[in-house]
Amino acid sequence: MHAFIAMFKARTMEFVRDRGTFLWNVLFPIVLVFGFAFAFSGQETTAFKVGVLGSPEGEVPFMEIEEVDFVRYGEGGATDSARGVDTAAAVDRLRRHELDMVIDFTDNAYYINEESSTGPILRRLFEGGLAAAEERASTPGFTEKAVSGEPIRYVDWLVPGVIGMNMMFSCLFGIGFVLVRYRKNGVLKRFKATPVSALNFLSAQAASRLIIVIITSIVVYSGTNAFLNFVMNGAYINLLLVTTLAIISMISIGLLFASRLKSEELASGLLNLVTFPMLIFSGVFFSLEGTPQLLQSFSRALPLTHFIEAARAIMLEGAGFFEVAPNMLYLGVFSAIVLFVSSLMFRWE
Amino acid sequence: MASIMEISRLRKSFGSVRAVDDISFEIPEGICFGLLGPNGAGKTTTIEMMEGILAPSAGNIFYRGNPIDRRFKERVGIQFQSTALPEFITVKETLELFRAFYPNPRSVDDVVDICSLGEFIDRDNRKLSGGQRQRLLLGIAIIPFPDIVFLDEPTTGLDPQARRNFWSLIERIRNEKTTVVLTTHYMDEAELLCDEVAIMDHGHILELDTPERLLQKHFEGAVVTIPNQDDLSGLPEGSRVVDDHVEIVSNNLDTTVKQLLENHRDLDGLNIHKPDLEDLFIKLTGSSLRA
Repeated sequence: MHAFIAMFKARTMEFVRDRGTFLWNVLFPIVLVFGFAFAFSGQETTAFKVGVLGSPEGEVPFMEIEEVDFVRYGEGGATDSARGVDTAAAVDRLRRHELDMVIDFTDNAYYINEESSTGPILRRLFEGGLAAAEERASTPGFTEKAVSGEPIRYVDWLVPGVIGMNMMFSCLFGIGFVLVRYRKNGVLKRFKATPVSALNFLSAQAASRLIIVIITSIVVYSGTNAFLNFVMNGAYINLLLVTTLAIISMISIGLLFASRLKSEELASGLLNLVTFPMLIFSGVFFSLEGTPQLLQSFSRALPLTHFIEAARAIMLEGAGFFEVAPNMLYLGVFSAIVLFVSSLMFRWE
Repeated sequence: MASIMEISRLRKSFGSVRAVDDISFEIPEGICFGLLGPNGAGKTTTIEMMEGILAPSAGNIFYRGNPIDRRFKERVGIQFQSTALPEFITVKETLELFRAFYPNPRSVDDVVDICSLGEFIDRDNRKLSGGQRQRLLLGIAIIPFPDIVFLDEPTTGLDPQARRNFWSLIERIRNEKTTVVLTTHYMDEAELLCDEVAIMDHGHILELDTPERLLQKHFEGAVVTIPNQDDLSGLPEGSRVVDDHVEIVSNNLDTTVKQLLENHRDLDGLNIHKPDLEDLFIKLTGSSLRA
């Protein structure tokens, strides 16, 4: 235990004192989040977006307004992203301000978001159109149903992705690359010559990295949250839990790389080979919704996908422990298998 | 004297290359034992097998009569030929880190005192000079109060002053009755420090004895060298070309010099010295040190 603590301390000091790596790990993601928040702010479309369920009976002048973008839900003429989604899904999108209004012709009802500034305008346009139509023909009356919900900005959606990306780089390079360098320059050989066991040594490395990445993730989140006030509909404890599991899964991949490789060049190439697909196909920057099935299956195999999916579900949809349990289970099983394989493969030299 | 280590028919192959080929020797407790030889002779391979770092292809290594095991690691101090140290931590923190690995370690102050680390104790490992680094690595090696210390070419690459400095540290460790096993390709270092030397080349031990006895056995008289000559005819028997000069081992200086004069050899640059391990090495391997 004494040896474990000493190695944990040494590795952690190395991280904190290595200013280049330290800044890269903490500042880069913060800058990235702010950068995206700035780049994508004020880009709201001027057109209104209205979800439509069913078809209107009779004349509804509102449906003729050209400035309104109508998105069909349910049967017939559905748009690509909305295929097969029912009222609840449409209303959910309204809550998140992705739609400005939902009209359900099957129920003669329309929904607006009380917290959206577009709601009253659309209501007036819709009711006004109806009133005009009623004078001429018999269009049934509509009931208004109000929902509420904060708007979700791109940055709210992006922040779990950036934290996930940062944890991936920090764990894969901080464990994988650093241990390969230790092997190449003889640090591992020096440890091998002491009574310390490989398991003890590796556990100390992993524990140090786990604590470091948990803390940097918290710093990155709270540092940007203080200014951007992210949507958080779930429990922080669940977010922390899923983050910890994800870090362990990334460390396990790092350890797999660290188990045998001797060349830093090869290690860095292979690490890039693994991190880049994860960066692109785990949904860090954009959703993979609507991409080919094969790609989506591949994406489901990546641990980062499960972290980002679960973190977004907790933050944006307020998902509870049991709703993200499948993601956590995947991360847990993935880590256990990879850790087991790396422990079998590990060689000091 | 009882032997602390016994090596029996040790062999190590890397692919088809036999780096160490069937060597056997014993190391008496408390001595300084030197493994001498040029680069590629098999010194490092041998010492790393003795340290338990490298697994032998064949043969046995005994420590106090038993095969080496896990507990052996608590009893030995090791200084590798080239080792990086953990980065971004100071000399003192490095010593504290390694102290944590042993059951009854030497205090940091003692190590600092023995290896003279005081003046750079708070310096980052990355900023140490070659000599300071080697002193720190020796310091790490003596942390466990080892019974035996392995030093693999500890002074290679150091300047003459740093080498002398390092030799005095090794003498200090020897005074604690610690057995020292040293590899080197500096014959002066071996002659000064070692009680027994094994001369290795191409994976074999050519000779093993005390430096004095080895010199007595192989040399009578002195070594005469003259600048290289194109024509070697008429030179005394046993003359050989070594690098840029001709070396003649002479039992009788009068006769040798007379012979050279009769041959009308140019005696500018003539040098006569007492044979040392370097001469012995040249005699045994037929070449100068491939340093």
